[in-house]
Amino acid sequence: MATTSGKAAELTPPASKWAPPVLLGWLIPGGGHFLLKRTGRGSLLLVTVLSMFLLGLMMRGAMFQPQTGDILTTIIYCGGFLGDLASGLLYLLATWLGYAQPDVAGHVHDYGTKFLVAAGLINVLAMVDAYEIATGKKD
Amino acid sequence: MPKMNLSHFEAALLFALFSSVVLGVITKRTDAERLRYGIRCFVYFMAALIGLGWLMHFGHG
Repeated sequence: MATTSGKAAELTPPASKWAPPVLLGWLIPGGGHFLLKRTGRGSLLLVTVLSMFLLGLMMRGAMFQPQTGDILTTIIYCGGFLGDLASGLLYLLATWLGYAQPDVAGHVHDYGTKFLVAAGLINVLAMVDAYEIATGKKD
Repeated sequence: MPKMNLSHFEAALLFALFSSVVLGVITKRTDAERLRYGIRCFVYFMAALIGLGWLMHFGHG
């Protein structure tokens, strides 16, 4: 048992190795890659996430607020909130500066809401990539 | 903040473009593989977009 847990500890990289790039990657899209000296990939991720987020705001997309109720409402609103939150500083600044829009009907607003969530989800992918680079699982 | 009005097609096109760039960047190891995979993802996105669009068009009658 002790040997198994010892092996698991060996396999799990120390948090000090991967936490800084992952946290920086959450706050600033592509920031983890910049910290790990992958400036090309970091720049592409920054431009992509920033563009999607700004397009979402310009389309007057709504920011999700966590709500509970039936299972579908919980999944959509809590999941949407987590997706928005994954954009890091972009989300925090947008809500703090009052750019969070109320939810209104219309296909452009609807696309805007999806762009805002997708920007966060793409940033999650970037954070996973930064984690894999930091732990040596990827070049 | 300026307001932007996009059609369904333009919004879906931009969505496909950005998603393909990121999928290409984070999944493959060499630049050539990334470019190929990004283009392939974009083509798949567009094929699904146009295919589902026609399917809904015929579904509505």
